[in-house]
Amino acid sequence: MKARIFVTLKGGVLDPQGRAIHHALEGLGFDGVNDVRAGKLIELDLADGTSDEDIDAMCRKLLANTVIENYRIEKVA
Amino acid sequence: MKSAVIVFPGSNCDRDLAVAFEAATGAKPVMVWHRDTELPDDIDLIGVPGGFSYGDYLRSGAMAARSPVMQAVAQAADRGAFVLGVCNGFQVLTESGLLPGALLRNAGGHFVCRDVALTVENAQSAFTSRYDAGERISYPVAHHDGNYFADDATLDRLEGEGRVALRYAESVNGSARNIAGILNDKGNVLGMMPHPERVIEPAHGATDGKRLFEGLVEGLMARA
Repeated sequence: MKARIFVTLKGGVLDPQGRAIHHALEGLGFDGVNDVRAGKLIELDLADGTSDEDIDAMCRKLLANTVIENYRIEKVA
Repeated sequence: MKSAVIVFPGSNCDRDLAVAFEAATGAKPVMVWHRDTELPDDIDLIGVPGGFSYGDYLRSGAMAARSPVMQAVAQAADRGAFVLGVCNGFQVLTESGLLPGALLRNAGGHFVCRDVALTVENAQSAFTSRYDAGERISYPVAHHDGNYFADDATLDRLEGEGRVALRYAESVNGSARNIAGILNDKGNVLGMMPHPERVIEPAHGATDGKRLFEGLVEGLMARA
């Protein structure tokens, strides 16, 4: 069983990396980009039957810092 | 007086901090490896050093904050031991929940490595007692993730309780309210991005950091 964890900065938290990517895209001539926010994708290969609670705990205890980040869990069959 | 410096894989200011502790206390600190689960029972002072623990994987300080020794550090802090986290050490202390907030990538996107002017905001703490309130001092910084972030309610609480120990005299990295160092609610844990241990003897070119360590020792002596 696999799960994908998407970790993104909360709205209002400055994202210098996203801003640098935005500038680079503009430098390549892509004018229609309004904003860029960069995040992380963490793929977990889990023992079958791992509970949703456990996956959520992994996110809260380590994978995301909930002071500054949100996370979304996507289970992959 | 017993002191310890925690060493993580990737720490690189551990020896500098040990030299500063030894100069101030007169005794060599115990160097404690991150896998150790215990600190000496009667430990008075713990340093969490700068560096790039675990290669800054996941987030700066995130892995180090979950290493076995940090539970022992939290217990010692709870008992009243002084804990000083510098640079990566500050990141480890916020990641471990010993201090509120988080340290984000510098707002300008660049690594900042230079001397910075600081204002001593709270000169009542054990860490800052040898400075005057409002005094302007200079410590070096060297970091990529020093942009202090906390929500407004937390920032207001920190300011209201006198827990902003040090503030940048000008914007260095985008930190909320130019915060450079904060205290925990009991005042025995200080996290700061600038490096006091790099300015403790004339050969360093400046000695502004020396009084921080002297003040700590004075505070510990007064308590004993």
